[in-house]
Amino acid sequence: MGEDGESPKINHSFLRDYVTEADVISTVEFNQTGDLLATGDKGGRVVIFQRETESKDESEELGESGEYNVYSTFQSHEPDFDYLKSLEIEEKINKIRWLPQQNAAHFLLSTNDKTIKLWKVSERDKRPEGYNLKDEEGRIKDISTVTSLRVPVLKPTDLMVEVRPRRIFANGHTYHVNSISVNSDGETYLSADDLRINMWHLDITDRSFNIVDIKPANMEDLTEVITAAEFHPQHCHLFVYSSSKGTLRLCDMRESALCDKHSKIFEEPEDPGNRSFFSEIISSVSDVKFSHSGRYLLTRDYLTVKVWDLNMEKGPVETYQVHEYLRSKLCSLYENDCIFDKFECVWNSTDSVIMTGAYNSFFRMFDRETGRGVTLEAWRESSKPRAVLRTRRIYNGGRRRRGDVGVDSLDFTKKILHMAWHPAENIIAIAATNNLYIFQDRVNAENLKT
Amino acid sequence: MFSKGTKRKFSDGDEEISDESLVGARVASSYSLQRQSLLDMSLIKLQLCHMLVEPNLCRSVLIANTVRQIQEEMTHDGSWHMVTEAFCGPGQSPSERLVATEVLCRSREQDAEPKLFSVISYEGCREEEVVADETLCSVSVSDTVSNVCLAGRVGQCWEKSELSGVERDEEALEDSRLGSGEDEEIDTEDGASTESPKTTGQVFGTFEIKNGSPGPDSALEELFSDVDTSYYDLDTMLTGMQSAPKMGPYDLLDSLAPSHSSPSIVSTPTCRSDLNELDHIMEIIVGS
Repeated sequence: MGEDGESPKINHSFLRDYVTEADVISTVEFNQTGDLLATGDKGGRVVIFQRETESKDESEELGESGEYNVYSTFQSHEPDFDYLKSLEIEEKINKIRWLPQQNAAHFLLSTNDKTIKLWKVSERDKRPEGYNLKDEEGRIKDISTVTSLRVPVLKPTDLMVEVRPRRIFANGHTYHVNSISVNSDGETYLSADDLRINMWHLDITDRSFNIVDIKPANMEDLTEVITAAEFHPQHCHLFVYSSSKGTLRLCDMRESALCDKHSKIFEEPEDPGNRSFFSEIISSVSDVKFSHSGRYLLTRDYLTVKVWDLNMEKGPVETYQVHEYLRSKLCSLYENDCIFDKFECVWNSTDSVIMTGAYNSFFRMFDRETGRGVTLEAWRESSKPRAVLRTRRIYNGGRRRRGDVGVDSLDFTKKILHMAWHPAENIIAIAATNNLYIFQDRVNAENLKT
Repeated sequence: MFSKGTKRKFSDGDEEISDESLVGARVASSYSLQRQSLLDMSLIKLQLCHMLVEPNLCRSVLIANTVRQIQEEMTHDGSWHMVTEAFCGPGQSPSERLVATEVLCRSREQDAEPKLFSVISYEGCREEEVVADETLCSVSVSDTVSNVCLAGRVGQCWEKSELSGVERDEEALEDSRLGSGEDEEIDTEDGASTESPKTTGQVFGTFEIKNGSPGPDSALEELFSDVDTSYYDLDTMLTGMQSAPKMGPYDLLDSLAPSHSSPSIVSTPTCRSDLNELDHIMEIIVGS
């Protein structure tokens, strides 16, 4: 711990270095304006951060912009038990998605393996005072003591953030929900599990519409599952879903009620030179995201991220190697199950940069214009608040420079699976186990949060 | 023994092993060993489900696909053939070599009875489907007649039996939560001295050995006597359910489906009619 004398934060964190399983962050999502950032964890809790809106004067241009501070924390899902199957249902929050804001309140959807919930987050900063019949604590007054009448007024109080569940969408899924996506129509959303995708109306909880069902008649014929799904950002009739075989299917809901038949299927032919027993596993798509423009798709499989053009089905238009040095280690990664890790991928606000996570607390960013990638590290020990992130390198044969990390010394328990990019600015949120890192692309500034 | 068989195969038929092919054979046999260990690892992974929480379906499917891929390759190579021959002895017909992986790992027993359980289907056994719709109440009875695994067509058998081997209504059961009540105890102690990885057939599907009633076929009974008749619901593998008590807690299931652990399964009327089919199967297998 080199420079630990300087920041009390680092010393403090050293003391509570153990990780409680329940604190492991399992999803991160900015809202549409980027002012709010929600994280969900394995213990079923949601923590919402809000960006401080400081007055923007000249000093702000050069210095720091608003920091994110905790806005609200609530328990979204509780551990549950499926009595018929004698199985626990984990309370881990798999995904959070914000609804577009329509009034003063904010709404978000959070889901665990089985149940999706709509939460309303609202502020209260005033309360009525001056009731005639109740006193300040709310107790009924003795009428005989009331001598005059007054009109109650609203007085400002300390800000209170209230979070209340508004809808609970239960019993829609037999299998584990892996994705939710809010439709651009503002009224519906989809939820996808391993074999089915349902479309819900935000106001209706007792019914959902099944739009994709890939469950075979005989489960013994099952060879492919759904791994992620998302609505198109502009066209409310289009959505895409990815599979464990590395295919992407674009479906148009206008074509038929049950979208088992895709409109387009995006699949890259297998490279025979690289074929191994693990080919299928590493081709499984762990995340799919539409670009903001709606023209491209970003997918993540085990070793690469790929950009696809919706107009071209035969293969991706860009492929970036995330950690090609792991290709020779697939057998060990299969043995320790790391090969099944599901990494997320994100676009930046202008669709010019893509980002995804890796091991050893590393994450990768690729500039689409230059085709170059950098490796960055989200690790408290090696960066101070407001320090500039330096790029890292993996050493895998060849010339080794100082600071390079050897492939064999990678820590596979430190995986960066979940991340989010601010919708408008270059601010990223990276979840590293139980820590949340927020990085801003400023000349000097960087914001470190745990 | 295993590698010997493999060497023979890779050195071009039955010719004398030359030096060059010896090296090639070594490389090839190490590939085979790696492949075999990958197969074993995969089968173990499929078995070790988290019993409290449903295991990840995606992971299970990917592992199962890997297993299938290995088995197909081994079949094409003929290694499977070799392996089974090594254990079963040369005198038996190909169909007899359709042995479950777990059997391969057992120490060879002296009798010539082909130990063919697991992969063999359940076919003839007619079981009732318990299908759950939203009300969880509808029950339908159906004949399960798919014939998996028979005859000496090793490759095809593997493909058919795939991961479940048996049709088993249990697959349909997979939808029903009730199905879970049936013991899905993943039995890893089938007497195998080694880890006894189960075939993929045992992994996905429910798997039940129906012993005939003692009368007609004592050989049959003997054949199956040491096989654990606990079977695996599709859900078991995919969802990690397990039955604590082999007598499931669900009376409904007990009354519907033939129960699990005891060999007196056949007591249920449905199975008696299947004895004939089972006999038929055995005839084909034994080649008589």
